[in-house]
Amino acid sequence: MSARTKRIEATRRARAFVILSTLLAAFLSYPALAANPTSEVNTTGLAVTDDTVTVGILHSVTGTMAISETGSVQAEKLAIKQINDMGGVLGRKIEVIQEDGASDWPTFAEKSKKLLVKDKVAAVFGCWTSASRKAVLPVFEQYDGMLYYPTFYEGLEQSPNVIYTGQEATQQIIAGIDWVVREKGAKTFYLLGSDYIWPRTSNKIARKHIEKLGLKVVGEEYYPLGHTQFNSVINKIKLRKPDVIYAIVVGGSNVAFYKQLKAAGIDLASDKWTLLTISVTEDEILGIGGENIEGAYAAMKYFQSLPNPNNQAFVKAFKEMWGDEIVIGDVTQAAYLGPWLWKAAVEKAGSFDIPKIREASPGIELETAPEGYVRIHENHHLWSKTRIGLAKEDGQYEVVYETDELMEPDPFPAGYQ
Amino acid sequence: MFEGYSWAELGSIFAMQGFAGLSLFSVLVLMALGLAIIFGQMGVINMAHGEFMILGAYVTYLCSNFFAENLPALFSGYFLIAMLLAFLASASLGALVEWGLIRHLYKRPLDTLLATWGLSLILQQVYRSVFGAREVGVTLPDWLMGSFAVTDMIEIPINGVFVMFLTLGITAGVWLWNFRSSWGTQMRAVVQNRVMAGAVGIDTERIDRLTFAIGCGIAGIAGSAFTMIGSTGPTSGQLYIVDTFLVVVFGGAQSLLGTIFSAFAISQSQSTMEFFLSGSMAKVLTLLTVVTILMIRPQGLMSLRVRA
Repeated sequence: MSARTKRIEATRRARAFVILSTLLAAFLSYPALAANPTSEVNTTGLAVTDDTVTVGILHSVTGTMAISETGSVQAEKLAIKQINDMGGVLGRKIEVIQEDGASDWPTFAEKSKKLLVKDKVAAVFGCWTSASRKAVLPVFEQYDGMLYYPTFYEGLEQSPNVIYTGQEATQQIIAGIDWVVREKGAKTFYLLGSDYIWPRTSNKIARKHIEKLGLKVVGEEYYPLGHTQFNSVINKIKLRKPDVIYAIVVGGSNVAFYKQLKAAGIDLASDKWTLLTISVTEDEILGIGGENIEGAYAAMKYFQSLPNPNNQAFVKAFKEMWGDEIVIGDVTQAAYLGPWLWKAAVEKAGSFDIPKIREASPGIELETAPEGYVRIHENHHLWSKTRIGLAKEDGQYEVVYETDELMEPDPFPAGYQ
Repeated sequence: MFEGYSWAELGSIFAMQGFAGLSLFSVLVLMALGLAIIFGQMGVINMAHGEFMILGAYVTYLCSNFFAENLPALFSGYFLIAMLLAFLASASLGALVEWGLIRHLYKRPLDTLLATWGLSLILQQVYRSVFGAREVGVTLPDWLMGSFAVTDMIEIPINGVFVMFLTLGITAGVWLWNFRSSWGTQMRAVVQNRVMAGAVGIDTERIDRLTFAIGCGIAGIAGSAFTMIGSTGPTSGQLYIVDTFLVVVFGGAQSLLGTIFSAFAISQSQSTMEFFLSGSMAKVLTLLTVVTILMIRPQGLMSLRVRA
């Protein structure tokens, strides 16, 4: 072998060595090249891999509550799909495990345990009634999970393991009553509700506020859930002639109440009667029928008809995914916020770990919410605006008022408990 | 509570309240008639009664959609056709259920309770799958909406009056069928003594099926009528089932007249107490009264007297 060929051979070896070692170095350093190695963003053994993260959806899709919870499931799935289309959370696609609470509170507890212990989901979007939330709360606190709860509710709760994306009672009630007093000159109120914790607590807050304003409650009463005959109370309302009928009737009773109100000649669209409700969203109007509730006012944070561009895009995407016929109520929108708020918290924390998400959550803002800007309060509820909608015959609300400022969530209002 | 009101106002409110009581009375009778036939006459505890009612309500919903889209000119009359179809639909389903399920259980009355409860769950889920979980809105023709204004204060709901006349008509029909037709005679014979009825040549199986079907059919009409005053959803039937059993048991299971008396007593006390107390309290007191009376008189208000 000549000296020349030896030299060529040596160069070849050297070159091969350089290429090999470069490859090796690249291989060894690969995890450091990825922005968020799984070992760093997930230190507690959640279901997070290099390119996926698993979350749970826990609502009733069978049983009595399916009527209300279906919209929330649809909203959460839409949000998750949109987040995945944008590249997921910390570069990981969201995968969903959906469980059915079947309108049965022990089932909710059992399924939430399954999601947290067996599936090790990074977050759960779910529950609707307060009863189901109360049933899963001990499970979430024991196994340190994170629940995003969408329904407007009675307040009097704050858990490190729950983010409440709906309004608590004071946010919905106080602004509504102030508005009706200012705009309609209301002096007397008749409070009416279904007989369980949410209407009773809400009416307690309403009564306190009404009396603080120096005005009068001329009647307050409750009917069992599922009550279908409201003629007697309608007669009482006619006798007392309140300036405002304040109604928190829920479920099937709602339909009976508004149909019978209309049939008894109480025309909500006339100047003679004003009705303010916090329990009828566009979803419920489907069952009640727009012609029966036309002219009623509702205090909510969201209406499908909100004219802002965020909402227009949201409604369009929702209808594309779930069909043109569908309507979107307040809770459905609140459910849509859940996955987005979780994404923002994960990104702010740079981690899927529950304690880090909890720490990161307060102060998180969402500019893109369909209802407009929202922010998470220290107490895990949302700062959001309250709006008044006027029910129209086509089943939609026309927004007639919104608060200038975001309403501060106050789940434990002093003197109201 | 009446200070500060004029006599005229009070008079009108009491008139309205009287009407509210009558209207509740006719609703209760309409709910309970079908069950009175099935439970009272045949001894079948039909827990799916509410679901047969809701079948009628859904038929009405389909009819209203069909007429609104295809025959808008005839829309104002659709409700009558809907009620007829509701009767047919519920009665056919009733006949089918009797043939497939109930007739195997006549000797085991408590098992019918479980079987029909299961049936009610199945029907609810079927409604949910077919019509969706949300309640549907049934559009009423204009002539059934609103109220007559008798005076400024007294306003009589038109659909209340409609339900009243419907109840009258159906009660009269059931009475005629029961006491003036040969089917009715045969049915009563089967109820009183099945073996003897068979021995004298009555086809007891056929009579059973017919009776069950008619009971379910009346439930269908009731459901159709209740679209005017209540909700139509997969589980709406559950709203009526407790009151229905209450009326039938309180009235004395085997007596149609008892059912009517019991509906009257319950509706009047309920609506009067609702006026003076609150809704939940009225319900509690009504149930307490019924329980007390049933403790003293377990056979209910009226009972069928037969030689032992």
